[in-house]
Amino acid sequence: MDVMPKWAEVILVPLISLILAAIISALVILAIGEDPIAAVKLMVSGALGSTYGWGYTLYYATNFMFTGLAVAVAFHARLFNIGGEGQAALGGLGVALACLYIPWPHWSLALLGAIVMAGIFGAIWAAIPAYLQARRGSHIVITTIMFNFIAASLLNYILVNVLRPRGSMDPATARFPEGTHLPTLHDVLAPFGISFSKAAPANITLLIAVLACVLVWALIWRTRLGYELRAYGHSESAAKYAGISPFKITMITMIISGALAGLMAINNVMGEAERLVLNAVEGAGFIGIAVALMGRSHPFGVFIAAILFGFLYQGGAELALWTSIPRELIVVIQALVILFTGALDNMVRMPLERMFLAARRARAPKPERKPVEPAE
Amino acid sequence: MDFLTLIQLLDSTVRLATPLLLACLAGLFSERAGIFDIGLEGKMLAAAFFSAAVAAVTGSVWLGLLAGIAASLLLSALHGIASITFRGNQLISGVAINFLASGLTVLIAQSWFQQGGRTPSLMGGGRFTPITLPFADAVADVPFLGPIYAELISGHSILVYIAFAAVPLTWFVLFRTRFGLRLRAVGENPAAVDTAGVSVVGLRYAAVAICGVLCGIAGAYLSTALQAGFVKDMSAGRGYIALAALIFAKWRPWYALYATLLFGLFGALETRPDVITALTGMRMQGQLLGALPYIMTVIILAGFVGRANPPRAGGEPYVKER
Repeated sequence: MDVMPKWAEVILVPLISLILAAIISALVILAIGEDPIAAVKLMVSGALGSTYGWGYTLYYATNFMFTGLAVAVAFHARLFNIGGEGQAALGGLGVALACLYIPWPHWSLALLGAIVMAGIFGAIWAAIPAYLQARRGSHIVITTIMFNFIAASLLNYILVNVLRPRGSMDPATARFPEGTHLPTLHDVLAPFGISFSKAAPANITLLIAVLACVLVWALIWRTRLGYELRAYGHSESAAKYAGISPFKITMITMIISGALAGLMAINNVMGEAERLVLNAVEGAGFIGIAVALMGRSHPFGVFIAAILFGFLYQGGAELALWTSIPRELIVVIQALVILFTGALDNMVRMPLERMFLAARRARAPKPERKPVEPAE
Repeated sequence: MDFLTLIQLLDSTVRLATPLLLACLAGLFSERAGIFDIGLEGKMLAAAFFSAAVAAVTGSVWLGLLAGIAASLLLSALHGIASITFRGNQLISGVAINFLASGLTVLIAQSWFQQGGRTPSLMGGGRFTPITLPFADAVADVPFLGPIYAELISGHSILVYIAFAAVPLTWFVLFRTRFGLRLRAVGENPAAVDTAGVSVVGLRYAAVAICGVLCGIAGAYLSTALQAGFVKDMSAGRGYIALAALIFAKWRPWYALYATLLFGLFGALETRPDVITALTGMRMQGQLLGALPYIMTVIILAGFVGRANPPRAGGEPYVKER
């Protein structure tokens, strides 16, 4: 029996971890001589105060939903995929190839094509480390890290030597043709009479990210594969005994995970930049780790955590613009969230468990201590 | 390729292998005690910043080195608290430490020096300068052995010699002392160590602390000897390559030396595309050359390690039986 009620496990523990991370972040801001309260106000007004701010917040959140889901799926099979950064970069390459070399008649078809290409490219980049782990025994954490570096070099090479248009100095592809431009949230919401900022980059990919959350939930808790995946994550030996192939689960999990990370590219490459630039992922792959940890590897949790990090990202950009706080503050906050919700989880959990245990003892009657009626 | 080019190449191999070697030995102590540490990268980075910052302010590189070790030890303590005391996931703790270092160094550098996240360039006493070993100038003209002694062995900073001396020292501590025996035992079977009445927690903290000191020296070397000052993310994946070297070395000190020298050679080749062209007859693209150490790491880990037996209790927190 669990010591804590479900609501405490799902809401209280992450909330306390988050508050601890926030307190330390505030101390960091104080230490570099800025006012944390003013900083929070600026972040809120910059990220949530206008549809323009919301447009950026949701744009970043879309990225983090994909990378967060990627890490979360792997977590369920107890695989730690740190390679989201490289997988998303390769996904970008897939999207660029799909958009540049196929004449799409309509954006909806282009979107489907880009989804397939982004997924395949991301999946391949995750499948190699998965194969090396499953068959050659090289540790997936190390290989996925190496594949991040290799992806960065590969993209650099391809952008400079292959995909760069003639005469351009910029290491980037040409602009994608008109037929591949995705509708922004402004275009999506306009028919409903909602006016949304035209300049903000949030686009229809947000809906795909939400759909991905639902599909991942269904996959993990409503399919046989999801059951096998979780069983493998809980106990490898028990899963083997039940006839589940570790090789198969490792491969499939990482392929799904890599494809999800790759899908991020339809948002940042196709939806926002409309061309592939150098370092397009901008650390979103790593933020996925924080998002998955904070969301307790549950798709709904990932959704909420992604929006929170979208807010932090956009708010942090505003901070860097208006104050002397550099953007790296976000990296610090991200580290603190990973630290408190991931590594120091027990620090928050143990005292809470003790509290709930004590509360339950106080409430429950103690049958064996009943006063015995004295015999007359 | 002539003899002098070879000497130059090996010379820069030694320079580039030094931080890898120190970090690899750091990881060796930690992982032999059963604590995985992918936070080597972050600890090196933090040490690189604080040693450069303190050396820039005080003008003394030795104070800088101390500050770097202190910063690295602090992060080690954090890793220890998370993974030993609170029995958290060691990989996740390491990731957090890497991001913490990556963000905080730039944040603090910007706040202290306002130079876009870097420290001022170090000059004079703020750097570890090359040491000319005795008779190096005298024997430099002797054919073959002269250049090897004068160019390759002599003329490095003190930290390089410390790093190479750390290899036999690590071997001695781990395999010839009681402390080393217990440390290895705690990574294989902590319950047995506990039964013998030795503190598992104490030993693991000791291992993590040694890891912190070595990472501190590695980081200080990056910013005060290899380069003159701190720049953003200057550890550039060296912590991860050190980890790969550790696996390649099968968690043994002497093999760690050979593995890091090999990775150092890859790094040195990266800076000398002309040598590669001369050797292979192919022109390599600079961007692909940059990926060489990482690609070689993957290939080595996938193919040539053979059976690498990691410490059996590695990555698992120890829970005392009740």
